[in-house]
Amino acid sequence: MTENKKIVRVSEVTKNFDLGKIVVEVLKGIDLEIETGKYVSIMGPSGSGKSTLFNMIGGLDKPSGGKVFIDEVDIAQLDAYELAWLRCRKIGYIFQTFNLIPVMTALENITLPMTFAGISNDNATERGMALLKQVGLDGRHGHRPSELSGGQQQRVAVARALANTPAIILADEPTGNLDLTTGEDIISLLKELSVERGVTVISATHDYKMLNVSDQVVWIRDGRIDKIQAREELDIRTGGLETAQT
Amino acid sequence: MVNGPALSANKGDVKRLVALPFKKSIQMAYQSIRVRFFRSMVTTMSLVLAVAFLAFIQVGNDIAQGLLSSGSSDYIHILTKAGFDVSPGDTTIASSAKQRWIVFLSLLVCVVGIINAQLMSVTERFREIGTLKCLGALDRFIVRIFLLEATMQGLAGAFAGALLGATAALLTSLARFGFSMTAHIPWAQINTTLFYTICIGTFLSLAGVLYPAILASRMRPIEAMRVEQ
Repeated sequence: MTENKKIVRVSEVTKNFDLGKIVVEVLKGIDLEIETGKYVSIMGPSGSGKSTLFNMIGGLDKPSGGKVFIDEVDIAQLDAYELAWLRCRKIGYIFQTFNLIPVMTALENITLPMTFAGISNDNATERGMALLKQVGLDGRHGHRPSELSGGQQQRVAVARALANTPAIILADEPTGNLDLTTGEDIISLLKELSVERGVTVISATHDYKMLNVSDQVVWIRDGRIDKIQAREELDIRTGGLETAQT
Repeated sequence: MVNGPALSANKGDVKRLVALPFKKSIQMAYQSIRVRFFRSMVTTMSLVLAVAFLAFIQVGNDIAQGLLSSGSSDYIHILTKAGFDVSPGDTTIASSAKQRWIVFLSLLVCVVGIINAQLMSVTERFREIGTLKCLGALDRFIVRIFLLEATMQGLAGAFAGALLGATAALLTSLARFGFSMTAHIPWAQINTTLFYTICIGTFLSLAGVLYPAILASRMRPIEAMRVEQ
């Protein structure tokens, strides 16, 4: 089997937050490699550094020490334009609070990143409608986020994340604001689309429903990686709760 | 999967790869105003009133000037009664220092009001701005959108204010000087005044949004992730 390329490589990353008198060490040395095309979940309790690590990977924050490589490019060396390009074309973001632009319709929300990428209006509309159809919302393309339910908004967000066929999708607690069934729908949608398009999905989450679809689970505790488990090692029988408590 | 250009090579080319067409930014700015119509109205209201006041004073002066230039000596008497500082033999109306001060202060208050309203707007939209950046927007796109919004609000508000002020001035002059004075209204002068007033109003709107827009552009995309519990 050919060695899979490592699309994300985190190398000895540390992050300290300066809160006046105290310096909080949130990440104390993380080494992580994520292969292309995998569905990875980063799990951990609150305060473990999960979101901070996530922000590092997504280029939203700079590490205090160490490096983060996306496709073997050190993202700390990128200037503002390159960073914008990265966020536009290579990474798709999904947020806990959906974060759709409230003044735009669902279709406009999805075609916005395409506009940034320089795609013409007609092409963008066509692709946008196709994406909406895939997430099952093609009848609602003219509706604003305020006219959509939470689950529907998140589905639009998933479609938007895929707008420019990114290599990576970063999902920060995608099911955080959704109920059980809707959450499951979103998770299976993400899994289905990622398998179909070969996108690497990295999700930071509390939600144990993610365990079933993940290829790899990274457990974080206290700023360090506790363990990394591949899907086969997870005890799926009990939904992963037993494994979580070890 | 995307095979983009190597990120570290050809830095110059990368500048052009993320784009926001001007037409699209106008559309976004317009939509922002339209959907938040009530909020936009409130922001523009102070501008309308300040510009109306400015227009009222200026057009009032223009009309008085027109009357004075007409040469009829009756008018001098009425003008003095109306509060203009005119002595026989004068050919121009000078705006008094008091008048200038009041106008200046009202414009200043208006600008401060706009800055405040725009700061609030930026704070409320932190998530939207952070999200736009996560989608790949450059800082200057954000500034551009805010500037365009302010220009639209400024133009609309200044236009409304100028019309309001001019109408008020004409009506008061009619009341003061009687119907006969309509023959002496300096329309060309009034048009020029209105044009300048609208320009000033738009400029004020832009001046008020500058600081908030720069703040907005510096906002880090991580703000979009912040979940307030």
